[in-house]
Amino acid sequence: MSEPILEIRDLRKSFNALKATDGVSLDLHPGQIHALIGPNGAGKSTLIHQIAGSLKADSGTIRFLGQDIGGLDMAARARLGLARSFQISSLAQEFSALRNVMLAVQAKEGSSFRFFRQVTADRSLIDPAMTVLERVGLAHRAQISAAELSHGERRQLEIAIALALSPKAFLFDEPMAGMGPESSKQLTAFLDGLRQEAPMLLVEHDMDAVFALADRISVLVYGRIIATGTVDEIRRDPEVRRAYLGEAA
Amino acid sequence: MKRETTINLLLAAVLLALPLVAAGMGEPFYVTLATRVVVLALAAVGLNLALGLGGLLSFGHAAFFGLGGYAAGILATHAFNAEPLFAGIPGTTSMPLIWLVAVLVAGLVALPIGAISLRTTGVYFIMITLAFAQMIYYFAISWPAYGGEDGLSIYVRNAFPGINTAQPLPYFLVCFAVLMAALLLFRLIEGSRFGSALQAARQNGVRLAAVGIPPFKIRLVAFMLSAMITGLAGALYADLNRFVGPSMLSWHMSGELMVLIILGGKGRLFGPVAGAMIFVSLEYVLGGITERWQFFLGLILLGIVLFARGGFLGLVSGKPRHV
Repeated sequence: MSEPILEIRDLRKSFNALKATDGVSLDLHPGQIHALIGPNGAGKSTLIHQIAGSLKADSGTIRFLGQDIGGLDMAARARLGLARSFQISSLAQEFSALRNVMLAVQAKEGSSFRFFRQVTADRSLIDPAMTVLERVGLAHRAQISAAELSHGERRQLEIAIALALSPKAFLFDEPMAGMGPESSKQLTAFLDGLRQEAPMLLVEHDMDAVFALADRISVLVYGRIIATGTVDEIRRDPEVRRAYLGEAA
Repeated sequence: MKRETTINLLLAAVLLALPLVAAGMGEPFYVTLATRVVVLALAAVGLNLALGLGGLLSFGHAAFFGLGGYAAGILATHAFNAEPLFAGIPGTTSMPLIWLVAVLVAGLVALPIGAISLRTTGVYFIMITLAFAQMIYYFAISWPAYGGEDGLSIYVRNAFPGINTAQPLPYFLVCFAVLMAALLLFRLIEGSRFGSALQAARQNGVRLAAVGIPPFKIRLVAFMLSAMITGLAGALYADLNRFVGPSMLSWHMSGELMVLIILGGKGRLFGPVAGAMIFVSLEYVLGGITERWQFFLGLILLGIVLFARGGFLGLVSGKPRHV
């Protein structure tokens, strides 16, 4: 198999006595959607935070595109091509959807220290941002402020911002959280097409989505990965069924 | 035209017209009063960049205001006494040169202050910026070479090429032009890529970092730019009063600049202008009636904070929009 894009080895993070991440190793390969599932409190979001750089791991290594990124802050990791979405939408609330995406386009171009040219007339920011909004189906809401968007639209906007970064890998933390079944289905179909652009580490509770999308699944319980495998392997794994899928083995 | 733009133009027109009329009627006092409005507004435009756009609650901008003032006072004193500053460099009474020095000094001092303060947020940021400003305040008090507690007098107002700055009206016009230039700069920065990043840093720093823009750097540059504008205002203020003293550096001054912005409308282009006009009017009108005019200022501030968060401009022109 090809070299992994993202390579996590023996990652550990404790909050006092609680081992939130307890020796996690995980590989994300090109062209793959790797789903991370597990019960509430298993440490999925904590793991995403450590990979994205918003939390510092106690020990272990995170390699991205062959480079150790453990010492980099979140912005530096994003610039390397690691795009994340947040479990709870995290947007510039006063900005329109368009301005939120334009910010990502501007960040990708690496040019935030420009003081005179006005962004509202800058086609090199607006056009790519509109293209992305069209892709996620939010173009008709481009001028609406993030605060006034519906919950589902904010989830779409999070995805749009990540897309606008043209990243080397996606980290999506429950992108479907709080969405209705119809929107979830649409988003599932959309994410399905994204694996060609960049591999995706996907934390998700919606099992239909996970089983439909994932090339590989890792099951996280109490900070440890108890199983990694294809959808079928995970469905059949007795330990997973006992620990997570809630069946008496 | 947007309603706020109309109101802004109206404010600028009134601010320009009043001293012209006053000068015509032979009332130089009102020209000086209007100059005070303009210079305080300029100082607050600087703070508005950090506080309004960036959400950085600096309680130490008096430091930059005072440094600009001392730059003017010290350079003028050396020129007046024909003593070199150091290493044979002479003082100067040329305003453009003094402004340049004031801006550079304010910016250079803001770099370490910002670099340290911006590692904190919220109440800690307020306290650290205050502490730095107070350090400079006590330093000025205890440094006898430049007047210590008594401050420094500027015997003759510094010179601007081709303009008789000793007269109140020409000096007002110089200050007014500088204010307009600063407002133009503020508007450009607000709409630029940097301004976008800065406003995003205020709304959600984590979001900004998640797209790869480091909020710290953006805030630090904004803090420096902000200090430079306020420093320039300090130089003008010293020349207006022909005096610079430690009071320009004190925390009262920092508070006053914040009050101007809250009165006028935080983050709004003309917020500082409206705020300074209201503040100086209150100070003059109520101050003429009672020594305790600040009691009434307090009541007005209370009303604004409780009922009109957007300040005067928020009240008359509604919510701002970023589309």
